Amino acid sequence: MAKSKQAALMGEVGETFVANHLKKSGYAILARNWRIKEGEIDLVALSPAGKITFVEVKSRSSLAFGHPLESITAEKAYRLQRLALAWLVSNSKFGADYQIDAAAVIIAPSGAVEIDYREAVL
Amino acid sequence: MTIGVTHGVSLMGLTGTLVQIEVDISDGLPHYSLLGLPDLALMESRDRVRSALVNSREIWPNKKVTVSLSPAWLPKSGSNFDLPIAVAILAAQQVIPIEQLKKSVFFGELALDGRIREARGVLPALISLRESNIETVVVPKANAGEARLVSGLEIIPMENISELLNWLRNGMRAEITEQFSFVQNNNFKDLSEVAGQLEAKYALEVAATGGHHILMIGPPGTGKTMLAERLPSLLPALGEQESLEVSAIHSVAGVLKERGLFSREPPFISPHHTTTRTAMVGGGSNIIKPGACSLAHNGVLFIDEAPECVTGVLDALRQPLESGEITITRAIGSATFPADFILVLAANPCPCGRLTGRGRSCTCSSLQVRRYLNRLSGPLIDRIDLRIKVEPPTRTAFSSGEIGESSVLVRERVAVARIRAAKRFKSLNISRNADIPALALRNEFKAERAGMTLLHNEMDRENLTARGFHKTLRLAWSIADLAEHELPLVEDVKRALSLRDGMDLFG
Repeated sequence: MAKSKQAALMGEVGETFVANHLKKSGYAILARNWRIKEGEIDLVALSPAGKITFVEVKSRSSLAFGHPLESITAEKAYRLQRLALAWLVSNSKFGADYQIDAAAVIIAPSGAVEIDYREAVL
Repeated sequence: MTIGVTHGVSLMGLTGTLVQIEVDISDGLPHYSLLGLPDLALMESRDRVRSALVNSREIWPNKKVTVSLSPAWLPKSGSNFDLPIAVAILAAQQVIPIEQLKKSVFFGELALDGRIREARGVLPALISLRESNIETVVVPKANAGEARLVSGLEIIPMENISELLNWLRNGMRAEITEQFSFVQNNNFKDLSEVAGQLEAKYALEVAATGGHHILMIGPPGTGKTMLAERLPSLLPALGEQESLEVSAIHSVAGVLKERGLFSREPPFISPHHTTTRTAMVGGGSNIIKPGACSLAHNGVLFIDEAPECVTGVLDALRQPLESGEITITRAIGSATFPADFILVLAANPCPCGRLTGRGRSCTCSSLQVRRYLNRLSGPLIDRIDLRIKVEPPTRTAFSSGEIGESSVLVRERVAVARIRAAKRFKSLNISRNADIPALALRNEFKAERAGMTLLHNEMDRENLTARGFHKTLRLAWSIADLAEHELPLVEDVKRALSLRDGMDLFG
């Protein structure tokens, strides 16, 4: 259990970093860890241009096991699409302009943090 | 981001097509897509290229990588695109200068540690680049020798990716100044090692002179195989162009190393009688590979125990026997390989093999005997000019310490006879007696009057078909050339008839 707790903590820290990063760029955070039966959306934000942005955050402590974003498989990408639509429907925003971004966060044991943010990946 | 562009070569048979490789790296999730009809081996290049680059301390782009092999409609196969794809990926990342790449072709499979592995088909691929505007070709170091056979291209042999990138970035590379030249191998088996068998030896000499196909029938252990193996030693050494043709075919088949790069020896190929049709004439679904008959191009194809061959295998040879080349068509396209060889067939006289002399120890029924040689189809036998019996050596021939003529001696005679023939063929586009067109045989290349009469009489007696008439005459020309006669005399024609029918020649 200890390991997965650590991983969960890593994920949470990573999401906070990305949220702060977005806020600095003028985004408003609409939701964090929005969860339904099918899965979870890490971050939902509103861009300065008024676009609803869904963000999948992947956090790792190093690149030793490959790039974090490589773990987003085709299946996972498809699920993200459905989750995004589900969020729009349940928030009465269906039909609004939206995009899906992905962020890789590398949190080194030394505490150095590196964010690789990619827009409109799907 | 720029688009990285390099070139590779896609090989179909012996024909290479220049393939442009474009790599685009765009933002997005890490993804790799390979376009342009790749086969499975080529699909797997992704993992080889990635490991090779990473292990050579280069950067793998964790982005959306799109590799396009153009022309897109051409099916591509094999691992020789690893190297150009790797270079194009680096070019797209702008970590190497791209000016040099425009006129360069890259060739080779990558090992996971970045080494460049030996490739198949380098020679024919480079030959087909002669007419393009490509100036520089990077090849695996192991293929440097074969690549240098092609003139007009700057050949850059490379051992691994780091070495290659050092050259691309700094223009530095190890100079190789080795000189290569064609060699005449004199390690062949010598004719003098065969005891007796004067008739068979003479038949081989005639076959070598005129390029005639030959069938030897005789009981086991009489030296049929020994004789056949010595036919290449009687043939003149290959010219530079002929040698290059043979090397190109062996390169595609991946057996050039075994043959030797600069060998001028005519090839000797002896497939086993259980060989399949595909192995005999060539084939394959992704890469069309040449078969035994193409490997024997400009040399000798020897099939021992010919009647034991699987049905249809020998008859598949009828097209190459006729046209000197073979075209193989598969779903991915068709390839034509040259296949101009001297066919040597050996057969036992019957299933038990003891039907010789008075045949007293033979245990086969007469029906079995008749059926056995009938397995060689009529149309095939018809194309074979020389059909001889190889009897066990006589007591005197065996016990006499006398050594027969050596291969070198006979080869000189063959060479002289071939020169005589070549002079005669000045106006025609042929080089050997076996290729004289039928019409020419009835006009400018007639035998002596009495000889022609003899042939016509044989035809009247139905001992000779029209095809047999022409074949005998061609044979007579080879015999006349060896005997230094101006034109076939009646004795030459008689000898030709006997060589065709397997009758006793020396009384």
